[in-house]
Amino acid sequence: MTVANLWVVLEPSGDSFTTTSLEVLSFARTLSDTVSAITWGEGSSLAPQAGDFGAGTLYDVGDLGGALPGVPVASAIASLVERVGAPDDILIPTSYDGRDIAARLSARLDRPVLSNVTGLRDDNGLVTEHPVFGGSLTVSARFTSEGPGIVLVRAKSFAAEASGGGPASVVAASPGDQGSSAGATIVNTHVEERTGPKLEEATVVVSGGRGLGSADSYVLIEELAKLLHGAAGASRAIVDAGWVPYSHQVGQTGKTVKPLVYIACGISGATQHMVGMKGSKNIVAINKDPDAPIFQIADLGIVGDVHKVLPALIDSLKGRS
Amino acid sequence: MNIVVCVKQIPDPAAPQSFDPSNNLNRSGKLILDEADTYGVEMALQLVDKAGGGEVTVVSMGSASDVAGLRNALAMGASAAVIVSDDSLRGSDALTTAKVLASVIARAPFDLVLAATESSDGYTGTMPVQLAELLGLPSITFAKSVSVEGSTLHVSRQTEAGYDEVTAPLPALVTVTAGVVEPRYASFKGIMAAKSKPLEILSVADLALASPIGAPGAREEIISIEAAESRQSGEKYVDEGDGAEKVVAFLESLKVI
Repeated sequence: MTVANLWVVLEPSGDSFTTTSLEVLSFARTLSDTVSAITWGEGSSLAPQAGDFGAGTLYDVGDLGGALPGVPVASAIASLVERVGAPDDILIPTSYDGRDIAARLSARLDRPVLSNVTGLRDDNGLVTEHPVFGGSLTVSARFTSEGPGIVLVRAKSFAAEASGGGPASVVAASPGDQGSSAGATIVNTHVEERTGPKLEEATVVVSGGRGLGSADSYVLIEELAKLLHGAAGASRAIVDAGWVPYSHQVGQTGKTVKPLVYIACGISGATQHMVGMKGSKNIVAINKDPDAPIFQIADLGIVGDVHKVLPALIDSLKGRS
Repeated sequence: MNIVVCVKQIPDPAAPQSFDPSNNLNRSGKLILDEADTYGVEMALQLVDKAGGGEVTVVSMGSASDVAGLRNALAMGASAAVIVSDDSLRGSDALTTAKVLASVIARAPFDLVLAATESSDGYTGTMPVQLAELLGLPSITFAKSVSVEGSTLHVSRQTEAGYDEVTAPLPALVTVTAGVVEPRYASFKGIMAAKSKPLEILSVADLALASPIGAPGAREEIISIEAAESRQSGEKYVDEGDGAEKVVAFLESLKVI
């Protein structure tokens, strides 16, 4: 049995699908001749992009009326499975809403989820690859029951590549009866001002950890990131401590980044952090502990106090501009 | 207001992880309360306090060979703890875990279920919302703040661009991100009180579960475990006032500056 029919959830984000959605769709079409997609909201106007990246059919859940996507989208997919038959697998990008959709769908269809997937292959059925123990090991897994298997794919696992296909044909897929699970409604949206590139898309990422000593010192990270036209990241330790918001977190439980240069400041290198940044092309580490694990993967390691090295670095860069 | 908090006892995250012979995470050592769960416990205690009364119950699944983590939640102020512990649950996936916890939570009325966004050892991040679906509850994940007005839940939910204000009718389920509240340390009085609080240990036979559990119920299997490609370390210098220069030179060589 090979993978013959895949569905991909495409998350709309303004006038495009999210990058992770397009990465997953691009790879899906290398695995299977028949790839269909599911979207909602403004996603229905993106049929040309869905087709360009490999979807033949775009199922449209429609306007959600402010509802969080998890319940209505999972409900629509479950109805589709009944109406048109189940695909072999359903691939969902890992995101705030993607995880909700996967979990809701799993309980509705009574099918398991394979999550944190960073690789896929067809070996008499879909095989998923998962980094574990800080990315030091790769586990391969498969579903053992009848489909559809539900797979949550992490960002940056595949390249987003257009295939030049014509627009996908849009087919309506209404949510149907959502029962008592419905009711979570967005009443207001706040966009935090961001200067500079997004963490996942930046060429340079400067991250801070516990070694900064206090929340106040995080300004050093932000200033250095700004001077390098990069983005500011953080280890889980300082997010948990409430120094910076979760959206800055790099690692297993946060974002995966693969910039040209990653500068880790005062980060010891817990496995949970390393798995989110070890794919960076170049790694610089500044830490006062010479035995910090981060040095084992750093191309340039500076054993020193971030409170001395960072201000000097910032001064030097300011002097050049 | 009665709140259920899902918690997990995990191996010390600072200790090296390994697989046991059946490819499950080795959990044979000392178990601690997942730090990610302490935020949910604290949030629940604060919400019950604001509501002017009610109980916080922690529910868990896993080995009960060590219940120090659950005692810790009780010492923080939770009223009761329930753990489902059974060898036949070994190898369960997130959906099976959700089924087990749903059958425990459904035994008594509640207003709100809280959980971490994901555990620190398995980090699949799907269990809470699978649980919400099984219990027929609305859910709001990635909460940065939570408040209750009457029978309506108000949550600030983390998004890529900032945050959304989201409402839902109670009862509902919420997952909280780390750092939303400052978890309290258990006081000596709390630790003493925890010793006499109810801590119920259930087996699978105590629950009415319709589907298979453990590894057969997971319907997924590991087919191989291989070493991932490793990175080599480069040059390491001790800063003698020239650390910044070395970084500048490195960035120049990459044409970043």
